[in-house]
Formats: sequence, C-alpha cells, structure tokens
Amino acid sequence: MWRRYLLWFAHEHVDFRHAEINSILSLFKIPIKFIEKPCLEKPYWIVELPSEDCAKKIASRSVLMKNCIELWSRAKSIDQLHINLRKSLQNTTSKWIFENVECAEHICPKELIDVCCSPNSSFKIEVETFCKHFSIQEKLDKIEEFTYLPLKGSVKLKNPDITLSYLEFYGVNPNNVPEQPYDLFFGKWISEGQRDLIRFHSLKKRKFIGNTSMDAQLAIVMANQAQIAPGHIVIDPFVGSGSLLIAAAHFGAYVWGSDIDYMMLHGRTRPTRVGQKVRSKEESIKNNLKQYGTESKYIDILVSDFSLPLWRDGVKFDAMITDPPYGVREPTEKIGIERNNYTLSEEHLTNHIPSKVEYGLPHIYSDLLNFAARHLEMNGRLVCWFPVIRADYQDEQLPSHPCLKLIANSEQILTKLTARRLLTYEKICDDVSSVTVDPSSGVPNFRDKYFAIGEETRRERKERRAEEIATYAAVKARLGNEVT
Amino acid sequence: MKLITHNMLTSKCLKGVVTGYPLAINATDIKVKEVDFNPEFISRVIPKLDWEVLWVAADSIGHSDGLPRSLENKYDENEEFLKKAHKVLLEVEVEEGHLTCPESGRQFPISKGIPNMLLNEAEVQ
Ligand SMILES: C[S@@+](CC[C@H](N)C(=O)[O-])C[C@H]1O[C@@H](n2cnc3c(N)ncnc32)[C@H](O)[C@@H]1O
Repeated sequence: MWRRYLLWFAHEHVDFRHAEINSILSLFKIPIKFIEKPCLEKPYWIVELPSEDCAKKIASRSVLMKNCIELWSRAKSIDQLHINLRKSLQNTTSKWIFENVECAEHICPKELIDVCCSPNSSFKIEVETFCKHFSIQEKLDKIEEFTYLPLKGSVKLKNPDITLSYLEFYGVNPNNVPEQPYDLFFGKWISEGQRDLIRFHSLKKRKFIGNTSMDAQLAIVMANQAQIAPGHIVIDPFVGSGSLLIAAAHFGAYVWGSDIDYMMLHGRTRPTRVGQKVRSKEESIKNNLKQYGTESKYIDILVSDFSLPLWRDGVKFDAMITDPPYGVREPTEKIGIERNNYTLSEEHLTNHIPSKVEYGLPHIYSDLLNFAARHLEMNGRLVCWFPVIRADYQDEQLPSHPCLKLIANSEQILTKLTARRLLTYEKICDDVSSVTVDPSSGVPNFRDKYFAIGEETRRERKERRAEEIATYAAVKARLGNEVT
Repeated sequence: MKLITHNMLTSKCLKGVVTGYPLAINATDIKVKEVDFNPEFISRVIPKLDWEVLWVAADSIGHSDGLPRSLENKYDENEEFLKKAHKVLLEVEVEEGHLTCPESGRQFPISKGIPNMLLNEAEVQ
C-alpha cells in the first residue's frame, strides 16, 4: 500500500523546491502522487509514496525539506483533527477516508496507528507550531488532548522508538497571525531532511573561502539538481574556492576543478574574512574537503583558462556544477590579445603576466554548453547560475544547445533589479557535430547592462540593507517559535 | 597532480598543437598519500582511461611496479589489481615538477601539486 506523507519545507528558496525534489525523485526513480496541489504559500506538500524507504531516501538528500511525517490525520480545526483521529481508530477499511473534500479532511486506516501501539514501543509526542509561539505548558496541554490514542508503550523523551508529530500551521506572515491555525496535521515522524548540513558546511566556519564562495545551502541544492551520486566524476571549471566541490564530494562524487586564478587556487589571494590579515598556509580546496571528511574524493585542481581546450577527446564527466563569473564581483577574462601575429621575446617571457581580454557572458555560456555537450556522459547534467536583469528577463534569452535539454530554471533574487537563475541541463544526445553552435546567440551581456543601469545607488543600497534587517528579524521570530 | 588527471590532460590549447597528448611528466617531488580504497569507483573509471598512457606515465616516474602493461579481461573482479590501479591513479601525487607538450616542448609547471596550464597571450590559438 502506498503511504501518505507530509513533506515539510523550509520557507525559503521557494522557487527551488520543485526543482530540487524532482531531481531527487528521478535520481532514485521514486514515483510520487500529489494528494493536494502544492502551493507556494504553504511550506508543505501532501503526497503519497510507495514506501517509507522512499520517504527516507528523499530526506537523505533534500536540503530544502525540513522533515517528513507519515500522515495520520489532517484537518482545518483542532476539534476536527481529534474527530478525524478518533474516526481513524475505527477505520478498518484499510483505505484512507477522504471526507468533506472542501475541508480536506484526511482519515487514515487503523493499521497505521496499530503498529505503533505495541507495549514494547516507547514513544513521545512532539508539538510544532508555525508562526505562533506557545509556552511549554501550553504545548503539554495540547499533548494531553491525545490521551485517547491507544498507545501502550512507555513515554521516552530521548530516542524513543516512535515519535509522533502534531503540527499547527498559522500561515507564513508573522505580522498577521490568526487566532486559530489554518491547517493541522498529526502523524508519525519519519525523517529529518538535510537542514543540519547548512550549519555543518557553513562558510562561517570553513577554512578557505573567497568573496564569491557559494553558500552551503545553495551548493547542496546544486549537487542535488546535478543528481550527483557516489562514485560520480564531477567538474567545476570555474572552481574558485571550491564551494561547489564540497557539496558534490559530500554526496560521494570524485571532484575536479579548474580556474584561471592562480593565486586563488594557491590560497594566496587577499583574505575575504573580515579582520583576517593574511591567509594561513592551510587554506586550500583540498583542506576544505579534509575539514568535512571527504578528502578522499579530491582528485585535482588545475590553473587553466576555460576558453581554451584542456581535456582529451572522449573524457566524460557525470556532472558539471559551476558558477561562472558574472563580471561584477570578479572580472570575466580570458588570456588573449587584440592584435594579430603577436609574439613575445625570450627575455620578456619569464615573469610575464599574460594580458587578458574580456570574456563576455554570451561567450562564457557558449563555451560552457559546448563543453557540456562534448564532455558529459549521456543523461549527465550541467547545473549553472545565470545572471539576469529582472525587468528584461525572458526565457528565450537562456543559452541553449541541441544536445542539452533545460530541465529546471529557478530564480534567486539578488537585488531590486538583478537576479540569478539556477539552470539545470541534461544531455539528451551524444551526437555533437563538429560545428560548434553558438548556444548563446541572443544571450545579453549581463555585465554591460548591469553597469549601464548603474545598479544600486547609495540610497538603494541603504534601503536594501533595511529590508534585509527586517526580513532577518521576521525569520528569526518565526524560527524562535518553531522550537519545541 | 594525480596520474588519473594526467591521463585526461592535453596541451591542445597551444597555437599549432593538434593533439598535445600525452604530456610527458618531469617530477622533482613525488608523494604517496593514502586515499580510501573504493573498488567500484576504480572499476568504473578504468574504461575512461587510456591504459597504455597510464602505464607509461607511472613507469616514467618509477611507480609502475606490479602494474600490468595491458588490461586483463575481468579486471573488475581482481581485487589485487584494483588496489594497484587505485594506488597509481589516486595515491601517487606529483607535487613539484612540470608537464611537457609532446609537440611543441612547451613546459607547464606543477607546484604544490597544482599544474599551471595557463598560456601567455602569444601562445593562444
Ligand atoms: C563566481 S566565481 C566562482 C566561485 C566558486 N563557486 C567558489 O566557490 O569560490 C567565478 C570564478 O571564475 C574564474 N574565472 C574567470 N574567468 C575565467 C576563465 N576564463 N577561465 C577559468 N576561470 C575563470 C574566477 O577566477 C572565479 O574564481
């Protein structure tokens, strides 16, 4: 029998939720049925999955999912939730009863509850309330309401055999919290998602970072969208401080990286951290992996210009994850000179720093997609960021290639005017003809536009800061209320 | 730089160079560092390699001991072989030295284990 689950998400990066979960589902070949149409304002989905094992697999990967609960009852008011749960105890049909579609009441088959009622299974009940704070006593009172459940095991607060979860959802707007919850759920706790990884991989405690290191959460989302699995071979050709390799290695991939910045790869750029004067000797991509216990997944990093070929024909990677330069916080350059038949004299050669020409965004993305078409395994994925001016954005601007299919496209808003989109391509055809297409004809040059609109005057920056502080306070308030 | 990487690298970036493969290795400092053995990964990666090039590269830096010159049929069932391949592919590290382009003789320095494949603007195609 398929079981019904409540998947609870963090209320952030909402536009990435489907992309991340879909990638994980297809990675594990897990079918899913939506019992209720997901909606962006609600941080939860009600779904059916073939088995508990499937639910656990999803939770073992998703960083956007907070936890997963086997649903027993769902209602729109506290009284109704208890009525439903009592009805469940009588429901011997082995099926879900779905009364009163309007109110979306879910009454589970009795067996789900029965298996948790053995005298040998210790248990506890946890209360979580979203967007509203309750005292411990109030929560205990809520738990008292469930005494009609025929639980025969002993109560155990630490590591019980069974954890039952009671959730009250008061919406997502901390400035408008209703008296009564909008939605209520009760069920058996199955698994946590990977939210802990965010703290574990946090840039704050990472040995080696640069000024464009990807935050831990988004790096993990990227690794999931790239469907990275143990033993995969992964490359980031704009590797910088290697933050994307950390996420890939965490999921068991062997990693390569390359970057044009010699000083960066040798950990000798100016320190990024506030208050740090010199970089320590230990700062390197390899030591970052060591910090997280995945050193054995480190293969190599190379100093190299992505606009030039480096790899032998026929070298195939399982996935590419990368964040190319947008030309705003770091230059977009490649080695070259705008003169024909240029040569350098011998004595000039030693200690010569090569001159660079602009490596525009359209050019970078053509190279990236052509490389992916050539060097990805079939069905391998390229996951990369693409900066856009929000007002100008149209899907048609996205780079495209006949061998690559765009699978997902999620927006992260950066400022009032700009955003970046996380693009996921899958290689669908191995027949890369010798003609390199220009996959990004039509791709606008973000950098030119960015500077043309004179992004962020001082006033705007101040406003954004204030906005950020306000959101932060709101988020903190909400998180405070979630603690049981 | 590990030999698995060497097996995949070329100097095609140079003006006038066609294949740029394999690069010759000149090592002044080699370290052998222990890496967790993962037989599935080794079996999976071997078909992606040019075995002959791997053997010659390993031999040129004195690490071909016990490594067969050509692949036997059921190598993925031979644990002893996989361990040798593992060592040569992932544990032997060229820390200092250089790689040399077989066509032009251009040298690419390796320092602190990181090859520098950058060209100057006059060398670009
Ligand atoms: C947005 S950053 C990537 C940051 C990286 N994800 C990290 O964790 O630090 C872009 C990187 O591209 C590199 N880059 C710029 N032009 C390049 C080129 N032509 N070839 C290779 N890398 C280049 C820059 O040195 C920079 O490190």
